[in-house]
Amino acid sequence: MVQYTFYFLSFLAILSALMVVVSKNPVHSVLYLIITFFAIAGHYVLMNAQFLAAVHIIVYAGAIMVLFLYVIMMLNLNADVEPHKSKWLKFAATITGGLLMIVLIGALRNVSENAAAGLPGNDIGLVKNLGRVLFNDYALPFEVSSILFLSAMVGAVMLGKKEIK
Amino acid sequence: MNHLIQQVPLHYYVLLSTMLFCIGVLGVLFRRNAIVIFMCIELMLNAVNLLLVAFSVYHGDAAGQIFVFFIMAVAAAEVAVGLAILMMIYRNTKSVDINFLDKLKW
Repeated sequence: MVQYTFYFLSFLAILSALMVVVSKNPVHSVLYLIITFFAIAGHYVLMNAQFLAAVHIIVYAGAIMVLFLYVIMMLNLNADVEPHKSKWLKFAATITGGLLMIVLIGALRNVSENAAAGLPGNDIGLVKNLGRVLFNDYALPFEVSSILFLSAMVGAVMLGKKEIK
Repeated sequence: MNHLIQQVPLHYYVLLSTMLFCIGVLGVLFRRNAIVIFMCIELMLNAVNLLLVAFSVYHGDAAGQIFVFFIMAVAAAEVAVGLAILMMIYRNTKSVDINFLDKLKW
């Protein structure tokens, strides 16, 4: 049962990721990307990483994708305005991506052999456990990331202004 | 969920993440619309996140999931700033086609 769920979610993720790349309309790309993100969130649930599954849906499907859709709507890009690349460039891009995949798969082929299976700590993805680790060992990076958010917000506002005096 | 580790080898997650990452690379090379390229970068980030979570679960170490949390935070900040830059590019050139942005090419 778990295996079939894994196969289904993987198939869904890869198929909709391909549709993100090949669909002409940017709005369709965003919608397919949302499907990919939900499939990845399903993988997180399958691996019992429940906190990350919730955060993933909230952050990606909730915030980032709304931002993308909003920008597409503001720029009025929902029509197919993209001029086509030449056939050769598309061919070269496909060959390059395929070759990269072959190289990565070949390089990572033996990676699972020394991975220990069936370890006891399978509830590490729960909120209770992750919160303990986050606020005991990684409290300083957590606070630094808030400064990152503040600077990103200030930067976005500054970039979005019409005229800087 | 102990039976996941027994039924699905870690190798499958490595393969899945590699495929998603390569689809992201393919999208960056394939498309000319800057927003779609941006989405493909998000796809690559998510492939790496998925692999980090898989390693974290299979090795029983919570640090990997904390890293994924921080990667999500950085990705959210990156999207906010990047889309603001994209809006400025559109305001100046009336297009999001990356082929018009070749001033630094030569």
